[in-house]
Amino acid sequence: MPPMPMNVALRSAMDVMLERNDAVVVFGEDVGYFGGVFRCTEGLQAKYGRHRVFDTPIAEGGIVGAAVGMGAYGLRPIAEIQFGDYVYPGLDQLISEAARLRYRSSAEFTAPITVRMPVGGGIHGGQTHSQSPESLFTHVCGLKTVMPSNPYDAKGLLIAAIEDDDPVIFLEPKRLYNGPFDGHHERPVVPWSAHSLGEVPDDYYHVPLGQAVVRRPGEDVTVLAYGTMVHVAEAAAAETGIDAEIIDLRTLLPLDADAIEESVRKTGRCVIVHEATRTSGFGAELSATVQERCFYHLEAPIERVTGWDTPYPHAQEWDYFPGPARVGAALKRVMTT
Amino acid sequence: MSDTTPLHFDVPEPSARPGDVPDFSFFDVPPAGAVRRPELNVDPTEIRDLAYSLIRVLDDEGRAVGPWAPEVDPDALRRGLRAMMKTRAYDDRMQRAQRQGKTSFYMRCTGEEAIAVGLALELGPGDMFFPTYRQQGWLVARDWPLVDMMCQLFSNEKDRLHGRQMPVMYSARDAGFFTISGNLGTQFIQAVGWAMASAIMGDTRIASGVVGEGTTAEADFHYALTFAATYRAPVILNVVNNQWAISSFQGIAGGDAATFASRAVGHGIPALRVDGNDYLAVLAASRWARDRARGNGGPTLIEWVTYRAAAHSSSDDPSKYRPLDEWKAWPLGDPIQRLVAHLIGSGGWSDDQQAQLQGDVDEEVRAAAKEAESYGTLLDGRVASSTSIFDDVFAEMPPHLRRQREQLESGD
Ligand SMILES: Cc1ncc(C[n+]2csc(CCOP(=O)(O)OP(=O)(O)O)c2C)c(N)n1
Repeated sequence: MPPMPMNVALRSAMDVMLERNDAVVVFGEDVGYFGGVFRCTEGLQAKYGRHRVFDTPIAEGGIVGAAVGMGAYGLRPIAEIQFGDYVYPGLDQLISEAARLRYRSSAEFTAPITVRMPVGGGIHGGQTHSQSPESLFTHVCGLKTVMPSNPYDAKGLLIAAIEDDDPVIFLEPKRLYNGPFDGHHERPVVPWSAHSLGEVPDDYYHVPLGQAVVRRPGEDVTVLAYGTMVHVAEAAAAETGIDAEIIDLRTLLPLDADAIEESVRKTGRCVIVHEATRTSGFGAELSATVQERCFYHLEAPIERVTGWDTPYPHAQEWDYFPGPARVGAALKRVMTT
Repeated sequence: MSDTTPLHFDVPEPSARPGDVPDFSFFDVPPAGAVRRPELNVDPTEIRDLAYSLIRVLDDEGRAVGPWAPEVDPDALRRGLRAMMKTRAYDDRMQRAQRQGKTSFYMRCTGEEAIAVGLALELGPGDMFFPTYRQQGWLVARDWPLVDMMCQLFSNEKDRLHGRQMPVMYSARDAGFFTISGNLGTQFIQAVGWAMASAIMGDTRIASGVVGEGTTAEADFHYALTFAATYRAPVILNVVNNQWAISSFQGIAGGDAATFASRAVGHGIPALRVDGNDYLAVLAASRWARDRARGNGGPTLIEWVTYRAAAHSSSDDPSKYRPLDEWKAWPLGDPIQRLVAHLIGSGGWSDDQQAQLQGDVDEEVRAAAKEAESYGTLLDGRVASSTSIFDDVFAEMPPHLRRQREQLESGD
């Protein structure tokens, strides 16, 4: 198995699916000739032609709306939104249309679309290239929401998303495209080739939607994380010496609540980590789920470590990003209560 | 045609890609002076053809010709020239500062300087400009301090935006320059709203919004035209057609099918299509639209035809998607050189004066950079304070943000 950075693994997923299924098309701003600003679609237009991999006008509402129409026709569109921060003009098409086509037509029409977008901070992108909008999507009935933390999962989950008969929001932590970033921005970038999950099969496989995975088994406290925060949590566990069980949720909706329950019942403690802002973030949903399912097993209050409730600042990026020090402090707090 | 004919799917392609010889044969350049200049109160239905022509004043010899040649004194032209040259010198210096790590990001407007500079000098002090990230020429032309612009890029303690906003996303209310959004298109309709407000209040101020040709695809562009037409809002709607969005050429925004100026025609908004590299044409068209708006004539859409000579941003590599030397083949040339040729040709300027001016603006930019760097840059880490993260989310900081700020200060 060759090592692949995450953007290459995503490209490989689209390549495999374009090859296997004529109904798969890929489009978005700068994805055609150029291959995408993060190079996720590089070479695909040359290989499959302009009618299957193409540039779109700069109109996210148009991109998603066109995807819905194509999906209703029977295609399997993969739409790229250049940054998650720019998906908002597409929200009406996602919320009022893609998410409800099946329900309102009693499955006469459906929207089997995949909408990919880079999310998260760490590239000095300020408030318009750093956001983590996952909870906007998980709040919409009829959308599935996925966020991988590594190249192997990214490819397998993207293939599963493309094959899924419902609309899937596929969120790609941009800081992970090139390596398993753990929040230590002051250190050199570690490439995916140095990480076991950078090993990615060339051909078809899928990682099922709706299944979490234990990234690090442990006894003392359960950490619920996804995307970049999985690596940050691993660093925090290593640096504090606390025997944390780190669960990589991978799919936020549908949520693998059983995996969460099993772990928290075992450890009796839970820290939830996400980069998105705190209030009404997905951590609130996770916290409620743990409380509902594990109340009598909890030995300490559930902790959330998140981005602050402000827009993502530019120069103060690393004061905003919930890095290993803040996660470590939370781990210590739940261990001492 | 039978209904068994297979349909086919068209995706427009630019005339040249990397390795090809640049080809602008598709682009029709009428001679300077050829387009008529309508009266200010003209009925838009009578000037639909202007949406498909190209208003040009400077001919190949640098003479100002035709009905659009504006009355303008040489001092005003020299002021415009200085602002354009200073903008270019600023861009070059800040692009280098980005490469040196002093700022995280930069965007140049090379080749497009005439548009923002011309608009800045033709609109009034109370008017409001809703710019894109490529309109820094406005701030330079209005003599907004270069040091302040640079401090924004360096995110240091003197940055008026406290390091919170991305570099180049200036805000300068005192220069009639609205806070720039990174989200494309959103401000076009806001410019219309601002203009509507001025009319509601019986004020005399007008607004001017800008989008790139790529951004005309966003819904906000169409909102803006519809609202502006419906309420005859006193606004200048500018489309800067610099041929390229990031890697996608103007055809991906529908520019092969019809001009961007012609988007106005269906709304009954007068449209001017103008050589954006011709400083005199920029002044003349800006004036026409300004005076029409101020005289209760309503909105004008102007398509400024130009070419983005530099990379899209400091993160971009245009050699991946267009011929490297495409700008050299661009039929409308360089706005600075064209204005210099005009000034020299009309006897109001000399090569020596030009060289002197170049030296002056370079020195001015250098001195400003030195001062701004002395306040800190991203490279030396002297940036705006971390606790300012929590300011200006609301007028008054709510309790949950105060708690979060304390948490940040206490280190856990
Ligand atoms: C809503 C939104 N979508 C996408 C982007 C990413 N983006 C930034 S600039 C740009 C190209 C804009 O091209 P154009 O409007 O022609 O302006 P130009 O950069 O050429 O001046 C894109 C796609 C964005 N900033 N906002």
